[in-house]
Amino acid sequence: MQRIIKNGQVIDETWHLLDKDATLEGLSNADDLIVPLVLWREHAHALKVRDGGLGIWLDSDEEVEEIAGDLGHFKVIALNFPSFVDGRHYSSARLLRERYGYQGEIRAVGDVLRDQLFFMQRCGFDAFAIRADRDPHDALQSLQDFSVCYQAAADQPPLFRRRQG
Amino acid sequence: MYVYDQYDQHIIEDRVRQFRDQTRRYLAGELSEEEFRPLRLQNGLYIQRYAPMLRVAVPYGLLSSPQLRKLARIARDYDKGYAHISTRQNVQFNWPELEDVPDILAELATVQMHAIQTSGNCIRNTTTDQFAGVAHDELVDPRPWCEIIRQWSTFHPEFAFLPRKFKIAVNGAVGDRAAIEVHDIGLEAVHNGAGELGFRVSVGGGLGRTPIVGTFINEFLPWQHLLTYLDAVLRVYNRYGRRDNKFKARIKILVKALTPEVFAERVNAEWAHLKDGPSTLTEAEVERVSRCFVDPAYRLLEDQEAALARLDAEHPGFARWRARNVFAHKKPGYAAVTLSLKPTGIAPGDITDKQLDALADLAERYSFGEVRNSHQQNVILADVEQARLFDLWGELRELGFATPNVGLLTDIICCPGGDYCSLANAKSIPIAEAIQRRFEDLDYLFDIGELDLNISGCMNACGHHHIGHIGILGVDKKGAEFYQVSLGGSAGRDASLGQILGPSFAQEDMAEVIEKIITVYVEKRVEDERFIDTFRRIGIEPFKERVYAANH
Repeated sequence: MQRIIKNGQVIDETWHLLDKDATLEGLSNADDLIVPLVLWREHAHALKVRDGGLGIWLDSDEEVEEIAGDLGHFKVIALNFPSFVDGRHYSSARLLRERYGYQGEIRAVGDVLRDQLFFMQRCGFDAFAIRADRDPHDALQSLQDFSVCYQAAADQPPLFRRRQG
Repeated sequence: MYVYDQYDQHIIEDRVRQFRDQTRRYLAGELSEEEFRPLRLQNGLYIQRYAPMLRVAVPYGLLSSPQLRKLARIARDYDKGYAHISTRQNVQFNWPELEDVPDILAELATVQMHAIQTSGNCIRNTTTDQFAGVAHDELVDPRPWCEIIRQWSTFHPEFAFLPRKFKIAVNGAVGDRAAIEVHDIGLEAVHNGAGELGFRVSVGGGLGRTPIVGTFINEFLPWQHLLTYLDAVLRVYNRYGRRDNKFKARIKILVKALTPEVFAERVNAEWAHLKDGPSTLTEAEVERVSRCFVDPAYRLLEDQEAALARLDAEHPGFARWRARNVFAHKKPGYAAVTLSLKPTGIAPGDITDKQLDALADLAERYSFGEVRNSHQQNVILADVEQARLFDLWGELRELGFATPNVGLLTDIICCPGGDYCSLANAKSIPIAEAIQRRFEDLDYLFDIGELDLNISGCMNACGHHHIGHIGILGVDKKGAEFYQVSLGGSAGRDASLGQILGPSFAQEDMAEVIEKIITVYVEKRVEDERFIDTFRRIGIEPFKERVYAANH
């Protein structure tokens, strides 16, 4: 079973992330599913009436604006990093938290490595599916890479509004 | 200059710890080469032709004497006894061992220095006028704004993995010595009709493979909104800049594809959400940072024109040096002095450990303990009393810093080229040297007058060849090193990009080619016309005819 980092701890994964080409047929009713955007586009109603938990995932070229009106339906929004150097979803996460006020889980999936975690966390990610060949326990340490940050992000206002003495 | 408090110090010490662990994991095989690459690049560490190259950040070019001594020591202990001033006002070491880099960073941190974001696809060192704060034509001191941008951009969590590198420059003077229009973002500090401070914002300028002069998309951005606006520009770029082709990934390609008007609309739409948010600057913060850049304890002096003119008459060498290397200062009785790192036979911008130590002493004795690096790869003592210029000149001559060629043909901007850099198509340093040797006669050099000659060893344009009045680009022609020449580039206000003269030349012909170009200029110029002005008047044809004449 895959293990993920959630709220600063390593926990067992309970959600199933469906491929981009997944169809409605044969979907479990009770499982917790993270569905691709294209499935949500076509079958939003059917997905909403399932009993299991619903999450959605966006690829790096898919925009949060498209789901901005539907956020209440998702317990998890997973943002995919096809490569760790593709930084688009850092902006997506901030938009979800700061502009659209999303309170659910924002999970980093794909090519997620420990040295990205500190920045991701600042942008509003609170869950990380570390690449399967790496140890999530090691990766936990990187959430503490820095003790001070200069600029504003999803986590705090800029240092110049906090600086003392 | 800016002085760290405990917050700033924490951040760079955390970085040393983080990079030490990343290096350990790489050496232990826990990080692949591909995974380590962006991490080391964001710390200025390249794997070069012979050894790693470490680029140390010098925020907007300012250095103190203790920092210079630390650089000297690193050059001695970890390198081969010299360092190199880059065209982004930074300092580079060409021979450190990878294993030593964490220790070098720890040493740098003891003098408030680091190598953060000196490479990689992130926001790079913000650059400015090397005469900031002392220039006679300055309207607004850009340094506090550079520091505010430095802090905002340092480990900005949203913009650590941009499509490509991102460079910001700030100007606050009448002349533009920071070349802001060839930067991803250029900021010009201005006052509006009501006397309020703001910025004109240019985007999408840049050199490299597709050189473009930027477009001003905002004529007056009130200072309070500087950071939210920058966030908006960067966010639009981060989301929509091309990532499929690294040669089309700079913001200039996006701005061009959308048109500057549409790009500006996108930025404004994004900014509408960010404006007046938590990143809105406060007067208290601007004041806090500005306190680090107040005038040093200048003495009340008078200009020394008569005395200096007498010295000029007695010492022609001093007169020459003063004409080229001394720059007018805003305070009576003071001058800014450029130390030329372009003597013939030394790679442009190179400086030895002994020179660095000597420079630290000179700065303390002559210029309040500070120096600046220029993007022309020279060093400036910004606050020298005019009455002490003659003494200083004597000392500079002994140290090899007094070549009177600032702004002249032999003051060549030059990348490390094929001698060091693994990206280069061709060597650049030997070309610079061949040209310097050809124009060694000082009378001739002075007669030619102001001329920017810039050399890049490849399309990445680290030597800024596009904006040289004469630009030289190393190209690969069937495995052999050749050089393409362009004319008419300019970095200042009304920036322009050079036009290619024609087919490229072999290395051994380069000095001759440059001489022919100069001969055409000398024949065609009118009175005191500068090379660039003659070129703009007569166009490229006369140069082409002469250089490619049949007897070539």
